[in-house]
Amino acid sequence: MKQENEPRRAADQTDEVLDRATSGEYKYGFVTDIDTDILPAGLNEDVVRYISRRKGEPDWLLEFRLKAFRHWQTLEMPRWAHLDIPPIDFQAISYYAEPRRKEGPKSLDEVDPQLIDTFNRLGIPLEEQKLHAGMAVDAVMDSVSVHTTHTEKLAQMGIVFCSISEAVRDYPELVRRYLGSVVSYRDNFFAALNSAVFSDGSFVYIPKGVRCPMELSTYFRINAAGTGQFERTLIVADDDAYVSYLEGCTAPRRDENQLHAAIVEIVVEDRAEVKYSTVQNWYAGDAEGRGGVYNFVTKRGLCRGDYSKLSWTQVETGSAITWKYPSCILKGHGSVGEFYSVAVTNNRQQADTGTKMIHIGSDTRSTIVSKGISAGHSQNAYRGLVSVAPQASGVRNYTQCDSLLLSSTCGAHTFPYIDVKNDTAIVEHEATTSKISEDQLFYCNQRGIPTEEAIGLIVNGYAREVMNKLPMEFAVEAQKLLQIVLTDSVG
Amino acid sequence: MKDILLQVDDLHASIGDKEILRGINLTVRPGEVHAIMGPNGSGKSTLSGVLAGNPVYKVTSGSATFHGLNLLELSPEDRSHEGLFLSFQYPVEIPGVSMVNFMRAAVNAKRAYLHEAPLSAGDFLKLMRQKRAIVELDNKLASRSVNEGFSGGEKKRNEIFQMAVLEPRLSILDETDSGLDIDALRIVSAGVNKLKTQDNATIVITHYQRLLDYIKPDYVHILYKGRIVHSGGPELALELEERGYDWIKEQVDNQ
Repeated sequence: MKQENEPRRAADQTDEVLDRATSGEYKYGFVTDIDTDILPAGLNEDVVRYISRRKGEPDWLLEFRLKAFRHWQTLEMPRWAHLDIPPIDFQAISYYAEPRRKEGPKSLDEVDPQLIDTFNRLGIPLEEQKLHAGMAVDAVMDSVSVHTTHTEKLAQMGIVFCSISEAVRDYPELVRRYLGSVVSYRDNFFAALNSAVFSDGSFVYIPKGVRCPMELSTYFRINAAGTGQFERTLIVADDDAYVSYLEGCTAPRRDENQLHAAIVEIVVEDRAEVKYSTVQNWYAGDAEGRGGVYNFVTKRGLCRGDYSKLSWTQVETGSAITWKYPSCILKGHGSVGEFYSVAVTNNRQQADTGTKMIHIGSDTRSTIVSKGISAGHSQNAYRGLVSVAPQASGVRNYTQCDSLLLSSTCGAHTFPYIDVKNDTAIVEHEATTSKISEDQLFYCNQRGIPTEEAIGLIVNGYAREVMNKLPMEFAVEAQKLLQIVLTDSVG
Repeated sequence: MKDILLQVDDLHASIGDKEILRGINLTVRPGEVHAIMGPNGSGKSTLSGVLAGNPVYKVTSGSATFHGLNLLELSPEDRSHEGLFLSFQYPVEIPGVSMVNFMRAAVNAKRAYLHEAPLSAGDFLKLMRQKRAIVELDNKLASRSVNEGFSGGEKKRNEIFQMAVLEPRLSILDETDSGLDIDALRIVSAGVNKLKTQDNATIVITHYQRLLDYIKPDYVHILYKGRIVHSGGPELALELEERGYDWIKEQVDNQ
């Protein structure tokens, strides 16, 4: 009888190693002890007015917020995702938290050294000379932008890169023209909420014919307890412009759940190109699923111009729950949309993520490559829509949707929707599901590679197609992150 | 008499409830080439798997000593670091992982084990270039994913390439000739012969005598029903080629 169990035991041993290897520690879980002005919890029109007043906003923006708030009150939280979301008490959250600081323009000397130190610990130096060459950063903590680097150099080329609050003050016409033009406040529950209470985020404007010479990057940090973060990012690339934009996110380790409901809007004009990359590493909660960030995000780009191109790349490793579908509306003739995604879930994490490719213009093309990696007791779903409008001829789409399972207790799900109303469209969908095999692990072991390193190697290999799309500065970090999330980090 | 590299005594191993190895005895010294031959199902691959530490096999009794170390107590990766190399009968594909990254991980894991600093990128690429030449492996193959889309011959050449990089003390070639055409067989064998020194040893596991025309064994052992039932010099392989395995089976089964 004892011997009968042996092969099972070998499998159990592998599971055990996988278990150990997939229980990496979150290293951004620290809290910065800094004086913060926090609005008392709760949400009503007075809160909306307070946020707007605090930011010194014009009347039209207050009106925009109030309309959104009134609409939000009529909505219910969406329940269609493959997610188990505990009830959220929206009156128990504080909607504004600002690290205390001096008034006036933010030269780096005036930024609280503790904030600079916080971002240093996150690997984001705010001193321009310490940054990667070719990278400008906007650092956002809780509800406000702390500092934006390289603004002067970029301004010489006519590029605007600043926090959205500053943009409202300094470029009101641009913001007014584009804000809400891609994601209406009526779009969905979280979009309405964000439109009512959004705090900070980045604003990017690349003028006609300008190729942005450096990567623009926003780093989001939630620090204060009991708050939500409602960032708003708006990127406009005018005719023949190009920009590559990166977004990173982390949060402290806390036992409570924190809400992050962002909107990212992108407008791409004629022959312009925007690359948007995300490395999302919000705190994911502990092994039993306590705490972690709820990441409910609406990201959408409008390829308005002919032959415009928008490319989303995301590496999603954090958050307790992710609900996020970075999408492309391909309106311009011959415009191109791309979505490259690696979504990792471990422990009790849940993710329902994917994209929408809305083909409205003729000869528009889209590519979707989604790589899901599930470990522990997590649930990982891909949800995607490819739609082709009746008048859109010559449309092409290619979708590849792969799932890799690292445990026998996790779930991987795929919900592809295809809605084609024009006969000339060619739409392809490929999907695979695989497990890291004991043969692969033993082969690595025999060559001297320990199991935990082997898992990192195999997972990174599986995700390589997407990782290759990340800008160089980010790719190495993201590779390490995959390894840390899934393997026992030393120290 | 030279030092003993590998000493196996009365080794028993099973998979599930099935005992496959039923008392293996084997002594290998540096500089020697041993061939282990036998009919299908005699336990040849099990023996290589057990020596390399594949967790699907369970050692139930006996011992194995590898240059003074208790082999059976070492993890598979430590056996590798100590100089044991297994050329797989069915090399495993690892999609998306380039041979360069894979070998760098392997080389640097061994160096870490030996308390040596990792190789610089330049030195590593130089090493790869040198070793590639031994099995006539072209540059493109090295930048492709581990074994993915390789032909049968390319996979086996790739195994010998890895052996060349890792410079093992003991190489176990598990049915390296299976699936090879005559040209690939020649290249692979020439590679193995080039890597042979007075300090390392090779165990060649094969069903056919053909490979032994290229890799000359000092000793030939016949494995049948989990035991080495007959040992001799190179002439034993020729006898098997001529007479097949039946006379051995009869001899053993009638005992």
